[in-house]
Amino acid sequence: MDMRSPLGRVRGLGSTKDGVAHWWAQRVTAVALVPLTLWFVVSVVSLVGADYAAYKAWVGIQGNVVLLVLLIVTLFHHTQLGLQVIIEDYVHGEAAKVASLMAIKFTVVLLGASCVLAVLRVSFGT
Amino acid sequence: MKSGNRPLSPFLMYRPQLTSVLSITHRLTGLALAAGTLLFTHWLTSAAYGPEAFARAQALIGSVFGRLLLFGWTLALFYHLCNGIRHLAWDAGWGFELPRLKATGWVVIVVSITLTFLSWAAGYAVRGGA
Repeated sequence: MDMRSPLGRVRGLGSTKDGVAHWWAQRVTAVALVPLTLWFVVSVVSLVGADYAAYKAWVGIQGNVVLLVLLIVTLFHHTQLGLQVIIEDYVHGEAAKVASLMAIKFTVVLLGASCVLAVLRVSFGT
Repeated sequence: MKSGNRPLSPFLMYRPQLTSVLSITHRLTGLALAAGTLLFTHWLTSAAYGPEAFARAQALIGSVFGRLLLFGWTLALFYHLCNGIRHLAWDAGWGFELPRLKATGWVVIVVSITLTFLSWAAGYAVRGGA
């Protein structure tokens, strides 16, 4: 005896599942990353050979810290979405697939949070 | 997995051509850039540990090995960016005709190489000579 309703049993088992949401999120993050990446490249070039004081002064500017945090969040989100597609394409065992998808997600959140907190720490620090 | 009479993937049947090579390069550069986020994270988090740690991170990136890696990542980044814009144009329904596919493909190659060299020229100008 299955206590779930017929609808509950099939929900989420369709061919596309949440494909459209993934596809759309990949596009939105891609569009956002175009200006953010170009800004970042210009910034990094300006920081070639910079010492800590120069970096701290740069990240202490309000506009820079805002864009840097936005870049970090968008970049890691986009990275996760892209790696997910690659894993889904090439890893066919269900257990290995779910495990690697989770590992990617955890890693990306860990790296992203580390970056955001590191940036804020220097930006707000005395 | 036994292949038997199952159909072959297109990449096993056709010789490489511009469109297919650019397509797999998009995925490969994406993968390389994902690995590059580790250096990105190392650089930003080092700063949180103070001036000495940041100086070490800057020295690592500025070393010959670091610059070699960074040059590859710069090229991968600009390629993925330019070809990503090409993908967005396709999403909007533009550019699927074969001559246009080839033309935009070459534009992506030329622009990403040009932007890479411009960025590195600017970087060396900021640094003040090699």
